[in-house]
Amino acid sequence: MNFQTTIGLEVHVELKTNSKIFSPSPVEFGDNPNANTNVIDWGYPGVLPTPNKGVVEYGMRAALALHAKINQHTHFDRKNYFYPDNPKAYQISQSDVPLAQNGWIEIDVDGKKKKIGIEEMHIEEDAGKNTHNPNGYSYVDLNRQGTPLIEIVSKPDIASPDEAYAYLETLRQRIQFTGVSDVKMEEGSMRVDVNISIRPYGTDKFGTKTELKNLNSFNYVKKGLQFEEQRQQRVLLSGGQIQQETRRYDEASNETILMRVKEGADDYRYFPEPDIPNVEIADDWIKQIEETMPEMPERRRQRYVDDLGLTDYDAMVLTQTKEMSDFFEAAVAQGADAKLTSNYLQGDVNAYLNDNHLDLQDTKLTPDHLAGMIKLQMDGTISSKMAKKVFKAIMDGEEPNDYVKAHKLVQLSDPAQLQPIIDGVLDANAQSIEDFKNGKDRAVGFLVGQIMKQTHGQANPKIVNKLLMTSLNTR
Amino acid sequence: MAEEPISRAEVEHVAELAKLSLTDEQASKFTSQLDEIITMIDGLNEVNTDDVKPTTNMADATAFLREDIAVNAHQKDALINEAPETEDGFIKVPAIIDESEDA
Repeated sequence: MNFQTTIGLEVHVELKTNSKIFSPSPVEFGDNPNANTNVIDWGYPGVLPTPNKGVVEYGMRAALALHAKINQHTHFDRKNYFYPDNPKAYQISQSDVPLAQNGWIEIDVDGKKKKIGIEEMHIEEDAGKNTHNPNGYSYVDLNRQGTPLIEIVSKPDIASPDEAYAYLETLRQRIQFTGVSDVKMEEGSMRVDVNISIRPYGTDKFGTKTELKNLNSFNYVKKGLQFEEQRQQRVLLSGGQIQQETRRYDEASNETILMRVKEGADDYRYFPEPDIPNVEIADDWIKQIEETMPEMPERRRQRYVDDLGLTDYDAMVLTQTKEMSDFFEAAVAQGADAKLTSNYLQGDVNAYLNDNHLDLQDTKLTPDHLAGMIKLQMDGTISSKMAKKVFKAIMDGEEPNDYVKAHKLVQLSDPAQLQPIIDGVLDANAQSIEDFKNGKDRAVGFLVGQIMKQTHGQANPKIVNKLLMTSLNTR
Repeated sequence: MAEEPISRAEVEHVAELAKLSLTDEQASKFTSQLDEIITMIDGLNEVNTDDVKPTTNMADATAFLREDIAVNAHQKDALINEAPETEDGFIKVPAIIDESEDA
């Protein structure tokens, strides 16, 4: 029997507003525990939440980036549950009228394009952080309590772990380009909940789904789903039934492990949030945001191909993150050749980032310096071999022109200076001239080597070659 | 659905969600009390609401949206002092197994 897979993804993204969603406390990370909290965050009796305009605006930006329709008459709802990370005993979220609905993004798996629908996108508050201690206590830090989140729920269009991976990549990219979040899974500003079910091909009814937890990277999402897809097939093929359950992905064994069986639906007793009146979004506000939406990655890719002559592949790699793409554009704006800049960013710069586990913005490299080095190469001042040295220097924050001057890394390109050296080498190597005349091309390589040696590697190889060939042919 | 009176099982379920433990007498008493309340509220179902917008807020007002400006209230010390148990600036609570979904 063959099966088809249906995957659902719920993605939470932290918005980087200045203040929290319902209180003016700062949204900051890494501060002392509870330093960024006030009576509202602690859920004191009598306090009133006041929604942050910036959160609604960022939410709308994200919604537009996902081609979703904004609900202009919306409201908040209360989701009730008890847990110490949330002192109010409820989360203010949205249930029946989310901020936006019916969006889509286009994914690309091995060159095959597919639209994945977005069911809805709502805004809500994050909870605090619990740290469990083996001494039988939990330690609660409410700094994160009230940090604004958007939750993005996919339609059941994702049919494979590879599509799930591509969906997350595309989603992360688009949200990042809007500038409303850092969308970094490793820092918790993007979190992914996954469910998966399978059913025999051609049947209509979805199979029973299982939920997966502890998926801390896109790669683990893919691996966890791959394992779970296989596990469900084995269960069904052996005549068993899938239980509705939550499973934990174990990174070490690359398996999913049963956490708990779900009995019945979650019962959060949602009701409209009585402390916050309805939110009305005027046409003008939407229009203003539409007009100030930043360029999305696919537009940039198009421009890199059409205007700058890059390949589709180059354009794709450069727009993977907004930092890389902005960096590339800044360097090209300084007059650096687009293809050379692209090659450096994807080659040497990327290798440097991987070796040092850094993000581009954490290095000392600036677009100015990269462009400066590339321009020195373009006008022949330095050779590609010298550029390797200059590259190391600019990664340490040095200015390329100053470095080249200080280290006398100037290519010898003047024929008037090169010709006497070439003549000298030819005079001393009569045998090589003989070999060349007899059709032995290796002789040329040897002679170039000698010239390079005499100039301490500073001779411009292109010009040396040209002068050498002329000289050889006239002897 | 509104025709059905509330069952004792439903009352016990809601009590459990609210972390309340009820005695047998209480469960019976609350079931009949809630039954009366729901029957009374059910009277509303007789009103024709075909052209009425759902009421999501009693104030019938539009929310005031605050500008996104961060203000630290510097209330940490006062708040921590009010917590029953604290340690190193954290609120200290008995360890609880996670019954909730994350956010």
